[in-house]
Amino acid sequence: MIINHPLLGPRDAAEFIYKGDASLIDRPDGMAEGALAAFDAYLHLRDNPAGLHRELWYHEQGDRSWLVVTRNTLTHEITRVELARDVARAQGRGR
Amino acid sequence: MQYSAWRIFTQALKGNSGWKPVWRDPDPKPEYDIVIIGGGGHGLATAYYLSKVFGQHKVAVLEKGWIGSGNVGRNTTIIRSNYLLDGNQPFYEFSMKLWEGLEQDFNYNAMVSQRGVLNLFHSDAQRDAYVRRGNAMLMSGADAVLLDRARLRAMCPFLDFDNARFPIHGALWQPRAGTVRHDAVAWGYARGADQNGVDIVQNCEVTGLLVQNGRCDGVETTRGTIRAKKVAVCVAGSSSRVMAMAGLRLPIESHVLQAFVSEGLKPVIPGVITFGAGHFYVSQSNKGGLVFGGDIDGYNSYAQRGNMATVEDVCEGGMGIMPMIGRARLLRMWGGIMDMSMDGSPFIDRTPIDGLYFNGGWCYGGFKATPASGYCYAHLLARDAPHEVARAYRLDRFARGAPIDEKGVGAQPNLH
Amino acid sequence: MTQPFRLSGGQIDRSRLVRFQWNDRWMSGHPGDTLASALMANGVRLVGRSFKYHRPRGIFSAGTEEPNALVQLRKGAAQEPNTRATTVELFDGLYATSQNHRGSLEWDLLAINDLLAPLLSAGFYYKTFMWPAKLWEKLYEPAIRSAAGLGRLSERPDPDCYVHGFLHCDLLVIGGGPAGLAAALAAGRAGLRVIVADEDFRLGGRLNSDREEVDGQPGTDWAKAAVAELIAMPRVRVMPRSTVFGAFDHGIYGALERMTDHLRQSDGKPRQVAWRIYAKRALLAAGATERAIAFGNNDRPGIMLAGAVRSYVNRFGAAPGRRVAVFANNDDGLRTADDLRAAGIEVASVLDARTGAAIVDTRGRKALRQIILADGTRIDADCLAVSGGWSPNVHLTCHQRGRPVWSDRISGFVPGGVLPPGLSVTGAANGTMTLGAALREGHVEGSRLAAELGQRPAKGGPPVAADASFAVTPIWHVGASRARSWVDLQNDVTTKDVTQAYQEGFRAVEHVKRYTTLGMATDQGRTSGLLGLGVLADLSGKPVAEIGTTMFRPPYTPVAIGAFAGRARGKAYRATRLTPSHDWATETGASFTEAGLWMRAQWFARDGEAGWRDSVDREVMMTRRSVGVCDVSTLGKIDIQGRDSAEFLNRVYANAFLKLPVGRVRYGLMLREDGFVYDDGTTARLAQTHFVMTTTTANAAGVLRHLEFARQCLWPDLDVHLISTTDSWAQFAVAGPNARALVSRVVDDLDLSNDAFPFMACAECTVFGGTPARLFRISFSGELAYEVAVPARFGDAMMRALMQVGAAFDAVAYGVEALGVMRIEKGHAAGGELNGQTTARMLGLGAMVSDRKDAIGGTLSRRPEMQAEAGLRLMGFRPVDRTQNLMAGAHFLTQGAATDTAHDQGWLSSVAWSPELGHSIGLGFLLNGENRLGERLRAYNPLRGQDILVEVCSPHHLDPEGVRQRG
Repeated sequence: MIINHPLLGPRDAAEFIYKGDASLIDRPDGMAEGALAAFDAYLHLRDNPAGLHRELWYHEQGDRSWLVVTRNTLTHEITRVELARDVARAQGRGR
Repeated sequence: MQYSAWRIFTQALKGNSGWKPVWRDPDPKPEYDIVIIGGGGHGLATAYYLSKVFGQHKVAVLEKGWIGSGNVGRNTTIIRSNYLLDGNQPFYEFSMKLWEGLEQDFNYNAMVSQRGVLNLFHSDAQRDAYVRRGNAMLMSGADAVLLDRARLRAMCPFLDFDNARFPIHGALWQPRAGTVRHDAVAWGYARGADQNGVDIVQNCEVTGLLVQNGRCDGVETTRGTIRAKKVAVCVAGSSSRVMAMAGLRLPIESHVLQAFVSEGLKPVIPGVITFGAGHFYVSQSNKGGLVFGGDIDGYNSYAQRGNMATVEDVCEGGMGIMPMIGRARLLRMWGGIMDMSMDGSPFIDRTPIDGLYFNGGWCYGGFKATPASGYCYAHLLARDAPHEVARAYRLDRFARGAPIDEKGVGAQPNLH
Repeated sequence: MTQPFRLSGGQIDRSRLVRFQWNDRWMSGHPGDTLASALMANGVRLVGRSFKYHRPRGIFSAGTEEPNALVQLRKGAAQEPNTRATTVELFDGLYATSQNHRGSLEWDLLAINDLLAPLLSAGFYYKTFMWPAKLWEKLYEPAIRSAAGLGRLSERPDPDCYVHGFLHCDLLVIGGGPAGLAAALAAGRAGLRVIVADEDFRLGGRLNSDREEVDGQPGTDWAKAAVAELIAMPRVRVMPRSTVFGAFDHGIYGALERMTDHLRQSDGKPRQVAWRIYAKRALLAAGATERAIAFGNNDRPGIMLAGAVRSYVNRFGAAPGRRVAVFANNDDGLRTADDLRAAGIEVASVLDARTGAAIVDTRGRKALRQIILADGTRIDADCLAVSGGWSPNVHLTCHQRGRPVWSDRISGFVPGGVLPPGLSVTGAANGTMTLGAALREGHVEGSRLAAELGQRPAKGGPPVAADASFAVTPIWHVGASRARSWVDLQNDVTTKDVTQAYQEGFRAVEHVKRYTTLGMATDQGRTSGLLGLGVLADLSGKPVAEIGTTMFRPPYTPVAIGAFAGRARGKAYRATRLTPSHDWATETGASFTEAGLWMRAQWFARDGEAGWRDSVDREVMMTRRSVGVCDVSTLGKIDIQGRDSAEFLNRVYANAFLKLPVGRVRYGLMLREDGFVYDDGTTARLAQTHFVMTTTTANAAGVLRHLEFARQCLWPDLDVHLISTTDSWAQFAVAGPNARALVSRVVDDLDLSNDAFPFMACAECTVFGGTPARLFRISFSGELAYEVAVPARFGDAMMRALMQVGAAFDAVAYGVEALGVMRIEKGHAAGGELNGQTTARMLGLGAMVSDRKDAIGGTLSRRPEMQAEAGLRLMGFRPVDRTQNLMAGAHFLTQGAATDTAHDQGWLSSVAWSPELGHSIGLGFLLNGENRLGERLRAYNPLRGQDILVEVCSPHHLDPEGVRQRG
């Protein structure tokens, strides 16, 4: 596969390490009420769609960017690649 | 029709014209006691044990395509009970014991071949980890032997003892482990279940689960509505998709595992060999093909195919320990969809929905589990209580903090 | 040396003779021959035996689809089984033998199987060999296995080398036949970067085998000129002997180029290159494969595909027979007779299956002698050219989601469904079965792709050729045949087998394939697949289109495992990382061990030491009595800077880090988000906004990845920056009572007194008069100890200097074994304990996990079963009988308890001989361990034949109060 890195252009997927669903960005608040259940769901449950999947890839053999790749799990077609940091910020994560 | 050498002889005299269908091809009835979704190895085994051991005969297996078309039809055929953890090892040893009597039990030669599995180790630390595991195996009633380098070399002189990047120090050997003719497992269970009255319905895709007020009492299919007292999902590879019909999310990701077979060769590999410092395992089929594989590709996929990087990684592993296979040709590669769970271990459990049961999360190790999985699932379905050896395979184990993580890599499916 | 079946003409170089050996008989051929054509010219008809019945078999095809003529090529370690004689380019000195027979090829003892055929019908083995069960592994299976299989591996390391290569292009043309060449010309002339790959050593495809004309000249001449023009184009790469075997994601194609297979010796050059071709567009022009018709005894040597007969006659100048009959259901096949006559070969009969001509049986044991028609007519012939039509080579179109669709026009499957993105198809592969049309289509497609990629198509029209009729009527099987009729020649699957499978309920195509093994041979059903479908269609009364096909999966043709592995074998299997002191250690006579990719010194043997234990004991004792030095550069090092660094560390470590003062080091416990222990190490605060973290050697890369995830994905606005400095700094542990004395002679101007530089202090400093360095007062051994780091380029010098200065104290270098002994003595958890399955609580570090902050793993570490009161705890162990040695991997059992899983109390994870204590010690996990101090347990190790009593003790075998390290 080839991942079109937003900063570096097309790169062979072999340069990357895969983590999984981009929902892993949405880490719950560990100090909040019900944190245990929230963390259990966050870490363990997955939509696991057959189709479009937003997922995290890490450019280990490159610039060490975490990317959010939108890829179809039925066809492997990649339709979007974003810097995970931008996605995280857009989702309201900060400090 | 009982199979035997005599039967073959008498049929031969009749020009092999008298053979009967191995299983019937019935239309689905409107209602069953138990409907099993998925005509793979585990689903068929469940039906077989339900009908044979647990006295359940109003059972149907619904298969969207042809039976055995999932991972039981595409795997590297290895059976073993060489696990470490208490949650796993007794289950897999139970499975091994079922394998050992299986063919006589269902009167079908699935070629259960106990030629042994060798797990190579390449360092003292790895040996120590294997010793712990080997002892766990022995304590569960399984067999295990620690081979030093000299004994291993006598068994497998073709391994690269002199020049390997990760030197081969020895192996943990399970002599009773081995391989099975995978398709025949599906056919044998289908035949046995069919003879006990189970309806095996092919080309019948489940399109919906009838869930009302927290209860499941049947399925919608491409061949009509089928009511059931209990609905047993058994569709590893598609678990998330089917359970989503009931609104449930699972601790599972779907990943592709590739496997490979070479052209036929005269016997050269005695049993199963696994590389301890890379991703490679191999056995040789009775037809002579080297059957080998390695790691999953590592990304979510439902595409039933992988990519070159994994092919190369696996072949590198092969050449890394047995450079004699360089001139053997890879004939065919295929990819199967694995239910990769969050701890690398499976589930056989009830669900929050009454009447809906779940069997899945087998990662890439489901084939060897087929008999025990079917037996334990049948036990759960018939008695509504988990079988003793499958008690750990609960869906709530993550919430409780009791994952069964053989590799110790945590909630990261692609690392299991 | 005569070649009795050699004709005139053909594309072979008659000026030179090539000598080769077949079954130890010398023969000759010419450059341009394949082994098959040379055997044919020499009159060899029987070349192999079938898989199951060991029936005599001859050459069937002229290409990679060959099911019969599989040979063992070369000898010794280079022996290569299952090689298709039809694809082997003849070279001087070639050595080949037939395979899969017991006794000679002519008198194969296993030919008895043919007489037993009624007993060996489809799937017979699933119905017997079950009693007695024990005999399966002992008798039945070995007998089956030795009879099965085809060729034989040498069982010696492959003597050749292989490499991986990477190519990029605008357009990859797969197949250099007429359509492919026309397309490549159009695209190349328009200026595209083109690769043309063809599996044959001579491009041109069927142009070389048929007598058709292109642009008014013989097709083969046109092909030669086209190839010459392409080679002359600077942006075009022509790759003969190169098979594109797979279409992978995102325009990546796998191709195997055979570099030296056509040479007698590879002379150190790579035998094959496994290319990964990154193509913007690809054009499949792989042509078509002819199929046969099933009739009685249609497997005899001399019965061949009609197109192959033309190949041997026209391309190779080798006569497949003296008197040849033709049997076909299509015009193309029937034209074979014209070519035979033109070559002066007698045509015994031309049988058009469409007009009712039907062969029902044949005669001739080791070579065809006679054919028998339905009406009883007997025709003498030594060769029969058969054609059941042609099947487009759609394989690559199916490697992703494509599913071929049936075409009545050609009675075959053509590309359909969703093709791999960027792949299009042309020529016969696309169902365009006549030459003129294929050339036009190729030309148009090449021009279209050029335009699509922004190039202006060149002027000029397509090459011109006639379109001879390709009328075909589907006839799969001569129903009137009563004798066995083969569908799959190699796997010995007959129409009766397919019928029986159908009768037994195996009706899905995949079921039939798996039950009968139809299409599962080395040719992957190339010539048999559609025939099988046709027979199934006849049985079910459904059209073939409704039967469907089995999956086409890569590789298109089999690929050597060695080629996929490339250079990765032996020591080059994986990279090797060497520590900064590696050269010094080598000179000193160190033994090394693998630690991941690293090679680390294991111990440093000295003269007079009887074994490794002597060396390790000495290194431990000398370190504990005076001072020892150990290269610890392999530990991961991560430089952390930024205003929020302390906050960041406080979130990624389970224990508190906010208040770590500058100039101090703290042990950090890192959890995974699931609450299990991931890694540990020390982190030093060099400045307010500057930390240096160390990780375990094994997790160096993983921890950085994990931290980057936290930094970029979880808290993107924290001001923190990370970089791995593992390779940048050489780091040495200096441990022992004399460590301060040694280090003070090395470090410039730093007060090392216990007050000024206490345990867990750190500083940036210089050594040896100005070399930049970092000093940490940390201890893994439990001794007074420092770790001193210098830029990696000074690592070798530093090690030498430390040992030189240390000579005054009898300093020793110690390796990882001594390191391990000392950490076990001290009770530090390491690899055996930090195995990813353990919790802080299990390790006795539960109190470190702060519940006053939201650090990674904190929440889930509090899941109920991870906090069980009587759970596993890390404890120390020693043998009750102090002369006994503990062994890691033993399980603990209460005395008198059953030796089963239910009574398992834990396990021994690490053991060592403690030279200081004079007995064996261990660390391990024990249920409710902290409350069982002093208890005697069985350490049960049946795997290694040991069962001894051990005593539970503190994991801190030595100096539990830590007096030494603080001293």
